[in-house]
Amino acid sequence: MSQAHTTSHEGESHGSVGSYITGFVLAVILTVASFATVLTHAFSFWTTLVVMSILAVVQIFVHLVFFLHMNTSSKQRWNLMTFAVTALTVLILVCGSLFVLWNTQMHMMAR
Amino acid sequence: MSHDTTHAPEAQHGEHEHHETPVVFGFWVYLMTDCILFGTLFVVFAVMCHQFAGGPTGKELFDITNVEIETAILLFSSITYGFASIAAHARKKSAVLAWLLVTFVLGVSFVGLEIHEFADLVERGAGPDRSAFLSSFFTLVGTHGLHVTIGLIWMFILFFQILGRQGLSDRMQSKLTCLSLFWHFLDIVWICVFTFVYLGSVM
Repeated sequence: MSQAHTTSHEGESHGSVGSYITGFVLAVILTVASFATVLTHAFSFWTTLVVMSILAVVQIFVHLVFFLHMNTSSKQRWNLMTFAVTALTVLILVCGSLFVLWNTQMHMMAR
Repeated sequence: MSHDTTHAPEAQHGEHEHHETPVVFGFWVYLMTDCILFGTLFVVFAVMCHQFAGGPTGKELFDITNVEIETAILLFSSITYGFASIAAHARKKSAVLAWLLVTFVLGVSFVGLEIHEFADLVERGAGPDRSAFLSSFFTLVGTHGLHVTIGLIWMFILFFQILGRQGLSDRMQSKLTCLSLFWHFLDIVWICVFTFVYLGSVM
């Protein structure tokens, strides 16, 4: 299409047809891999959990880069910083809560 | 509205003018707070996902084929919205409207499938009141569905605003960019939903 890419991505907030298609193809591959991993029961429980979590995280980054056009250019610095702080907050929230509540459940023999 | 919509006559077509207004950054920050909301709901689900209270488990309830279709629909709607953004930057009004329409139809079918799934679960006696697992499931997936619905209402309004007198003014461009972020963000949340809620339950 007409939106040919130059080598400089500085300040670009929207993608090209090519970048959307690349992102889409990668997302489809990762999604299919994720469903296949779980539905074929090819691995043990923990292996499956780890593999599908990794596939999900990779796909999140594919979407962030190709669909939300997140990059490391100077114009995106604040977007990136707020994202980093949010990711850290969610990580603390998720890991902390799981750690505390699973321990509580174990000790209270709720499971 | 004091926003200046007049343009240099040589309308910068190929030039990548930057629409990252403070409005778009503000919207990005809102999305970050939404991330934390969903993070909280995912934690609740993770903690409650084995509390079946003698009721049905996810393995017995979830129809994975339906989830595959929903996933495909959302992924397609992401790329069709992407094409709408590209058309908007190239100032092709009819192409923007066409892609928005396609995205809207995909979004509506997603919400339709989800409502159908929820109604089916309630009918089978697996409503949100059945167990902690189902309460947290309905809260999490329902909140995502509600976001998609709000995105659709927004898209509907934008469609008619672009169709109308405003056309593809700078202001509309920045609104389209905000909705683009919102729409792609919801697809990211859906990645976590199908991975940890549906696939996690049937594995």
